[in-house]
Amino acid sequence: MVLSKELKLEVERTARGVREDIIRMVNAAGCGHPGGPLGMADFMATLFVAHLNLKPENRDAPDRDRFILGNGHTCAGYYSLLAQRGLFPREELLEFRKFGSRLQGHPHRSAELGIDMSTGSLGTGLSVGVGMALAARLDGHGSRIYVASSDGESQEGQIWEAATAAAHYGLANLTVLVDFNNVQIDGHMRDVMDVRDLREKYTAFGWHAMDVDGHDVEAIHQALCDAKTESERPSALICHTVIGKGVSFMEDQPGWHGVAPDNEQAAAALAELGTG
Amino acid sequence: MDLSEAPRIATREAYGLSLAELGKSRGDIVVLDADLSGSTRTKYFAQAFPDRFFNCGVAEANMLGVAAGLATGGKTVFASSFAMFATGKAWEQIRQSVCVPELNVKICATHAGLTVGEDGKSHQMLEDITLMRVLPHMTVLVPADATEAAAAVRAAAEHDGPVYIRLSRASTPVLFPEDHPFAIGKGHLLRDGTDLALIACGVEVVEALAAAELLAQDGFAVRVIDMPSIKPIDEDLICAAAEECGAIMTVEEHQVCGGLGDAVGEVVGARCPVPVHKLGVHDTFGQSGTPTELLAHHGLDAAGIATSARALLTTLAADNKKGRA
Repeated sequence: MVLSKELKLEVERTARGVREDIIRMVNAAGCGHPGGPLGMADFMATLFVAHLNLKPENRDAPDRDRFILGNGHTCAGYYSLLAQRGLFPREELLEFRKFGSRLQGHPHRSAELGIDMSTGSLGTGLSVGVGMALAARLDGHGSRIYVASSDGESQEGQIWEAATAAAHYGLANLTVLVDFNNVQIDGHMRDVMDVRDLREKYTAFGWHAMDVDGHDVEAIHQALCDAKTESERPSALICHTVIGKGVSFMEDQPGWHGVAPDNEQAAAALAELGTG
Repeated sequence: MDLSEAPRIATREAYGLSLAELGKSRGDIVVLDADLSGSTRTKYFAQAFPDRFFNCGVAEANMLGVAAGLATGGKTVFASSFAMFATGKAWEQIRQSVCVPELNVKICATHAGLTVGEDGKSHQMLEDITLMRVLPHMTVLVPADATEAAAAVRAAAEHDGPVYIRLSRASTPVLFPEDHPFAIGKGHLLRDGTDLALIACGVEVVEALAAAELLAQDGFAVRVIDMPSIKPIDEDLICAAAEECGAIMTVEEHQVCGGLGDAVGEVVGARCPVPVHKLGVHDTFGQSGTPTELLAHHGLDAAGIATSARALLTTLAADNKKGRA
């Protein structure tokens, strides 16, 4: 299904908002992880705007879609999306990582905020997604379970335990979006621990796996539509992205995985993003 | 209490049977196992309710994550494996995915302690009470017999939140009648006495009762308390024992570090200071052997407990004499 012009504009506007929020939030917190979520912004915005049926009116509905941020450290972008979708006031984003804030340094499950699972320790999210997908199937819900993961997270053995189980149970209602930016904290993946071809790996595990340009919102949309047509296999979108996307001095720089921009850098980043 | 004629049923067997029974009235119960359903006895549930049973294969970390995901969907999830793997391999998943979000997952682990026997040290889980007790929001139960195990399973199903139930492989005497009162946070006074209080859990309750009988022949009146709820623990029952007996000896087939003994010691130290002597495994791993041989080796059979108790009573009497002199 083609992404309508209106929806595409909304996805792009939302992704721009995500990038601006990330810079402001991490700058205000003085710490956090800007690089990853900047790279994920386009596919995450596509998911949240055009697919995931989470909104304030249905946050308590047992049969709505679910989302788990497996790579929990990238939550600045996730929180921005929840705020932009109306789950909580956007002003609250500047409370990120502060004492007493609802926006914890890594996501904590909250019915109020629409956060479906606590994450932060890499490797745990996909297994929980398998459990959610089983629960939805047991209850006859037509809902979908989405899990964000990453290339670095794919180094965790638990991911492959979960991948084995999801295919074994035939969880067609489960989709994982893997942020493949080739960068992890200690450097480029080829220098630290190369996970190689994740589409091939997921395919070998029995999944419907696709390589996608993680910055092409129409391609992402199409892949998410393809996932919905699957009747027996879980789907994996290997989203090829550039860490720090949108901020020239952060792009493909491992150093921006977990470092906050200072005021000057934040101003420069926001200027590049068009809102400085 | 004469147990020579009592039927012998392993707590894992009682778990499996009671879970299958609960499945009839509780459609929200879903059961997971990690390729050990024959040994953990979740096979009874699996046979009765195949749609609500998922075998997760030999992947315990994933199993606990799946359990958490099912629980977010309103299911009451029972996840089983051997205690070593359920709490050892999957500790971080229990912490991160079950306890942090306070989900309704019951970890029912069998083959705990020395009484696994011949499988040896790799399978004799002696650290699980410690590992589970330290986790916020976790309830820890160690039933003493089949009746108490079934009651613990029912209580866990009623309780909203994470629960750990420690179960045994070995068949042990049934101590309690069907109407045995069981509640999370409550212990049971099984035998009165004021010379010393033995506080035990799991298979050691039977041994403690037999030890008290041996000590009675020596003229000592020893109190025996069954403490199936390690967290929360029955503080009032412990303090009454401390005040009325003047000394406590704890007994568990578990490392003394962090287990029942330390849980009792924490209460006694804060509220009612008296000597607490801890029997258990002292900073070592197990080995192959029969349960009987292993309990004897670690001084955790009736004779060993009685020997330690006599020594403690003698020391306490000497101290008292000195104190009076």
